[in-house]
Amino acid sequence: MSPTALWKRVLILLVCLWGISAAVPNLFYGRVETHNDAAAAIEAANGVATPEQTAALAEWPSWLPSSLMSLGLDLRGGAHLLARVEVSDVYKARIDAMWPEVRDALRPLRDQIGAVRRAPSPDGILRVTIQNPEAMPAALEAVQALATPVVSLTGVGSNDIEVTADGADVVVQLSEAEQRATDDRTMQQSLEIIRNRVDEVGTREPTIQRQGDDRILIQVPGIGSAAELKSLIGTTAKLTFNRVIGRTDNAGAAPGARNLLLPARDEQGVYYIVEETPVVTGEELTDAQPAFDQNNDPAVRFTFNGGGARKFGDYTAANVGTLFAIVLDEQVISAPKINEHIPGGTGIITGNFSVEESTELAVLLRAGALPAAMEFLEERTIGPELGADSIAAGKVAALVGMAAVSVYMIASYGLFGVFAVVALGVNIALIFAALSTVGGTLTLPGIAGIVLTIGMAVDANVLVFERIREELRSNRNPGRAIELGYERALSAIIDANITTFITAVVLFLVGAGPVRGFAITLGIGIITSVFTAIYVTRAIVEMWYGWRRPKTVIV
Amino acid sequence: MAFRFRLAPEKTNFDFFRHQWLTFGGSMMLTVVAIILWIAMGLNFGIDFRGGTTIRTDSTNPVNVAAMREALSGMELGDVSITEVFDINFAETQHVAQVRIAPLDGQEAVTPETMAQVEAALQVVDPAIVFESVESVGPKVSGELIWKAVLAMTAASAAIMVYIWLRFEWQYALGGVVALIHDIFITIGVFALFQLKFDLTIVAALLTILGYSINDTVVVFDRLRENLQKYKTMPLREVMNLSVNETLSRTLMTSVTTLIALGAMLIFGGDVIRGFAFAIFFGVILGTYSSIFVAKNLVLFIGLDRGDKPKKASSNEFAEIDA
Repeated sequence: MSPTALWKRVLILLVCLWGISAAVPNLFYGRVETHNDAAAAIEAANGVATPEQTAALAEWPSWLPSSLMSLGLDLRGGAHLLARVEVSDVYKARIDAMWPEVRDALRPLRDQIGAVRRAPSPDGILRVTIQNPEAMPAALEAVQALATPVVSLTGVGSNDIEVTADGADVVVQLSEAEQRATDDRTMQQSLEIIRNRVDEVGTREPTIQRQGDDRILIQVPGIGSAAELKSLIGTTAKLTFNRVIGRTDNAGAAPGARNLLLPARDEQGVYYIVEETPVVTGEELTDAQPAFDQNNDPAVRFTFNGGGARKFGDYTAANVGTLFAIVLDEQVISAPKINEHIPGGTGIITGNFSVEESTELAVLLRAGALPAAMEFLEERTIGPELGADSIAAGKVAALVGMAAVSVYMIASYGLFGVFAVVALGVNIALIFAALSTVGGTLTLPGIAGIVLTIGMAVDANVLVFERIREELRSNRNPGRAIELGYERALSAIIDANITTFITAVVLFLVGAGPVRGFAITLGIGIITSVFTAIYVTRAIVEMWYGWRRPKTVIV
Repeated sequence: MAFRFRLAPEKTNFDFFRHQWLTFGGSMMLTVVAIILWIAMGLNFGIDFRGGTTIRTDSTNPVNVAAMREALSGMELGDVSITEVFDINFAETQHVAQVRIAPLDGQEAVTPETMAQVEAALQVVDPAIVFESVESVGPKVSGELIWKAVLAMTAASAAIMVYIWLRFEWQYALGGVVALIHDIFITIGVFALFQLKFDLTIVAALLTILGYSINDTVVVFDRLRENLQKYKTMPLREVMNLSVNETLSRTLMTSVTTLIALGAMLIFGGDVIRGFAFAIFFGVILGTYSSIFVAKNLVLFIGLDRGDKPKKASSNEFAEIDA
């Protein structure tokens, strides 16, 4: 029998050693995790460590590998949300913001087109009626001039708005290409804002991913419930400053065209009629901090950017003595009177807040408002106890399975069975090592995948051993029989495992969450089990054979 | 000769076609029965596929299903079903129940307010109750998940079929896939018959069965291909019998090790994963059976074209002459 080249054996040995050393940290999960957290905290504090952190750091020697596989939500506990972003919300805001521009563009043409007024129209469409329809071409041209090219890869060559004539109306709406581009921006913004808000809470390894055209998957380990997560990210925190037209206690009052009737947050039964188009919006905030007002009540101090500060300054200068409303998520937080011109773009929001509320509001304002509302399609909360139970059960199942398979293999193949069991141990180590290194996630079905691999991993060995038996039966000498056994079993091993691997790939592509975790462990398990069966057991068998030189072999 | 534990004698010579009408025919009958069961009884879909909410409760007090149902009856909820969960891993004082709430029409998810009301109502019944998990899936997503599951099964079967076709011949691909359909449909039939909960993890289990069963079948096919070159004049039926006999001890050995590991999962793995473990356990048994009694029978029915084999085989035969 021709032995494997030395460099190959060394390589195989190195892979095994790497596997074992990279898998070890997972055996001491809690300690390594404490160590890693402390290391990250010290890193974040520029190397300054508290005594507790130093103690935590000492839990695990830093020269040992410290990568861990992450645990899925079903094992660690936490919350999972799948949200759909109402991307078309943004069209309305965009189109509404165009009205002043369109009006200004048509103003110089007054003598041609006559009076201009906004006609009622569905959301996302602007209808402007002109008095003299015969001057329509001039009006269209003027409005058309407002269009700008779409900034996106796919929308090259098209404009952001479509302007058409309908009777005496100029109809303005977003073009198809601009809608796509807007959708994309909305999704990016939403992702960014959700990320900011979740990060503010400082939880471990949240997953925030875009899925498909208009969905976002949010998974946060360690958080108490999906409801908690929802209240953290689901609040739109849309802040606007609007002109107040009037105040009423009639919930059914007609606010009039382009005005809104909004309830007061703190006064039961009081409503404000405000102008729909805001003076300034929260998007123009640069900072918001919890603070206290002159009566020492909790408040939020805010700062506008340059554009916002100018608009706010101009507005307050021109409207001293009138009321303006601070509107948060369709509720009037407060409606103070403008006592004087407010330059500089800073101010405070008061409104009977508790300290917690003012802190949360400041966080929300700082992170920015979500550009569009979200609908939650899927919510899951898994308690940490359930996860711990699952881990414990999975451990027991894996150990019992491993022990039973080992006993059975040794009873069936004797010494060769022992070789297979050693290879099985290496195999399990390699699975954990691979999961830790690529940062894979272990889920409950993933544990099942490992247990299944324990059962199936010996298959390649069984194929080889059975084949060696057959070759021995045809009276070949032991060395030749072993060699032929490996050679002839190879095609069956490869074909059988590639077909299984195909299903693992399909599972990975189509599955989500826990199922994907299963696909990963199954896929990794197939690769490692083929490696251990073809190379590791073979190397062991060859070493044993070279050492003992047996005249006969019993498999 | 040292003692060796064996599932099959060293050399077997069973005629696996002898009771073909019973083994293969019976299998086909069972598959049809399973499909009928599936259509007639339907599957007990989990919230992944049907939408709705499940709450897993844990308490030190015994579960009082009637009182819990009573507490929730006044609310505006969809159909509520409450079942107690048993598992050998539970401590003696641990009492777990599963509450399932069907979605109301036109509602994506249960609102947080409703959820809080439900939790409060259950806490009135049993103050020691803890909510271990709360999961809610909207009908929009669940519809897509069904579609994705079907897609996954079809894509995996098609990919396997193409691979076998490339590596072997089309008759093998067809035989392999019929065996897969047999395994998958009978498993689904069992889930329909006993109204076991059918959710996303069960689909993952079915896909795993797919992988395992084809693995088993391919090993037999691989040997068949080899023997067809070795024994060119032997009738196809006999070559098949020989191949299955030769691989029998491996087939049984692998099935048993896999079943041992899965058995451990089934018993000790906890109730959350039990359906999944059961599906794979059952599927592995079916997969082993089908690789012995189903896959090759179809290949025999269709017949193989053995005409062009000798040329390809000659080089192989030469290689087998060794000292």
